[in-house]
Amino acid sequence: MTATNTLKRPAAAIKDERIGKRNPLQKLLGRPEVGALVGAIVLFIFFASVSQTFIQPNAFATVLYGSSTIGIMAVGVSLLMIGGEFDLSTGVAVISSALTASMFSWYFSVNVWVGVVLALVVSLGIGYINGWILMKTKLPSFIVTLATFLMLTGLNLGLTRLIGGGVSSPSISSMDGFVSAKAVFSSSVNIGGVDVKNTVFIWIALVAVASWVLLRTKVGNWIFAVGGDENAARAVGVPVKATKIGLFMAVGFCGWVLGMHNLFAFDAVQSGEGVGNEFLYIIAAVIGGCLLTGGYGSAVGGAIGAFIFGMANKGIVYAQWNPDWFKFFLGLMLLLATIVNLIVKRRAELK
Amino acid sequence: MKNFSWRKAAIVATVVPMMALSACSSGGRPAESGNGAAAGQVATTDRIKIALITHAAPGDTFWDIVRKGAEEAAAKDNVELLYTSDPEGGRQAQLIEQAVDQKVDGIAVTLAKPDALKSALKKATDAGIPVVSLNAGETVSAQLGAFTHFGSNEKLAGAAVGQKLAGESLSHPICVIQEQGHVGLEARCAGVKEKIPATEILYVTGTDMTQVSSTVTAKLQATADADAIIGLGAPYTLTILKAVSSAGSKVKVASFDMNAELAQKIADGEILFTVDQQPWLQGYGAIDSIWQNKRGGFTIGGGQPVLTGPAIVDKAAAADALQFAQQGVR
Repeated sequence: MTATNTLKRPAAAIKDERIGKRNPLQKLLGRPEVGALVGAIVLFIFFASVSQTFIQPNAFATVLYGSSTIGIMAVGVSLLMIGGEFDLSTGVAVISSALTASMFSWYFSVNVWVGVVLALVVSLGIGYINGWILMKTKLPSFIVTLATFLMLTGLNLGLTRLIGGGVSSPSISSMDGFVSAKAVFSSSVNIGGVDVKNTVFIWIALVAVASWVLLRTKVGNWIFAVGGDENAARAVGVPVKATKIGLFMAVGFCGWVLGMHNLFAFDAVQSGEGVGNEFLYIIAAVIGGCLLTGGYGSAVGGAIGAFIFGMANKGIVYAQWNPDWFKFFLGLMLLLATIVNLIVKRRAELK
Repeated sequence: MKNFSWRKAAIVATVVPMMALSACSSGGRPAESGNGAAAGQVATTDRIKIALITHAAPGDTFWDIVRKGAEEAAAKDNVELLYTSDPEGGRQAQLIEQAVDQKVDGIAVTLAKPDALKSALKKATDAGIPVVSLNAGETVSAQLGAFTHFGSNEKLAGAAVGQKLAGESLSHPICVIQEQGHVGLEARCAGVKEKIPATEILYVTGTDMTQVSSTVTAKLQATADADAIIGLGAPYTLTILKAVSSAGSKVKVASFDMNAELAQKIADGEILFTVDQQPWLQGYGAIDSIWQNKRGGFTIGGGQPVLTGPAIVDKAAAADALQFAQQGVR
């Protein structure tokens, strides 16, 4: 009974730590993308010191282009992962979108913009179906999107042969609307004598929009909420189903953008392409600090992850190294980045 | 305007421009025209069943041409053709065993991974099924029980490219391999390197054209003194060509294999030449030789491989090749 005596109120009133001010450095270290940012800086300095070419502006433009084709998808994939799901069908969905646009316009001999719009509908539709099946069946997104991945791979091959009579879509470079569509999806901008591909700007714009949505809007809060704890989110009135389906559709939209770039950059699309790329997008998001379990991460992180991938991929070429080891380093980097993220996050939370 | 519906507005905003754009475009699907292939007389021999089992990865244009050749031979020879493929050695072996179970009259097989196929092929030869190999596996073909082989020696083809490039006084080519660890592709570059020792090898991810393009650009920026670049497949060469021209580089482009677009670029002088291993002949020859074997016990080739290439297609030969490439047989 004397124990109660020891529970004295502290003399001075301590402020509630939840509303206390954290020092700015701690705040920075608590950001999800900080580990990736450190990694990116280290990697940049590293390649800049081993290769003269790497830091030249035109080489940097190439690195950015290589990063952007991963990064555009990583935006959608990051958002989806923050929302607690992931998507294995992204790699082939990009090709599905490109094939839809090209085959439809070619087969019916219509302006390619009709195909482009149809491809958008199809891409969003694939996302919607992924999300809808997920919410209806409550199966893990791994299984649902693995199934769509396989089905899309088959559809790409089967329909391409059925419609085009081969495994590659016919070239559409001489069709109406091609030139204007190419200008939108695959052109370059000359900045100070260096040609920068417009996918780089599309990428940056998408990252900006995604960051704004995540950090400044109600929808952003919903995304964090459904990824953190779905049931709790539902209990406080977050439209879980709509949010998740919306996220899958956002991934579909990114796939459409990249698919259109693929199509208009190379005129023709091979139906077997895209397999395996879904992992690159997930790697970019994970390196960038998105947790596989959801509820934590940022769009900027995914962008930095893609940039790291682009630097490593192209840096090895500039440094003239034996590329046999590339995949090993990629794996190592993934491991290191996630460990750094983990440590940084823990320390920031402890303080 | 109280009942202004965003939904309706959106539909109108999408449908109207689509209708406006729906006017016929140029350059689309050509009107149907008769395909000249195999409309003639069919052989009067009994109908037989032949399995064509390849290591083709789904979605590779090259195998379309092989298959077309095989189908044309099958149509002429009154053969029921069973086409299957699997890039993975173990599963390709299972396909062979399945064909044996189906009691086919002959097996045409690619030997890209001979070790994996050894025991399955033994089952086939034990069952008395004639086997022909094609495309890959020239050196092991006889050993695994095939009576002949239809293909082009990859290293010879590479050497032919090296020779031709050296003839154009090019001395520092880059050989772009789209699948790391692929024996045939490595052999092609090794052949080039045999003739031009300064040849460099660049690996790209063949399943992602944007990465092919950006990695090639990176390599060209890193290697300023390169004067030629070689793609090992028609779609890759076309992507490389785009990367070269958008990088403003002066390097010459050469290629392996063929499709209609590539033939057009050669005719236009944008690509120097390509080495065609004439895949149509491989498919046609493999099926036809099994039929010949059934017809009169013939074995073509005299125990030696039958070479279907290398055939160099340069600007002078491109116009000829182009019309056949458009039909999908070159």
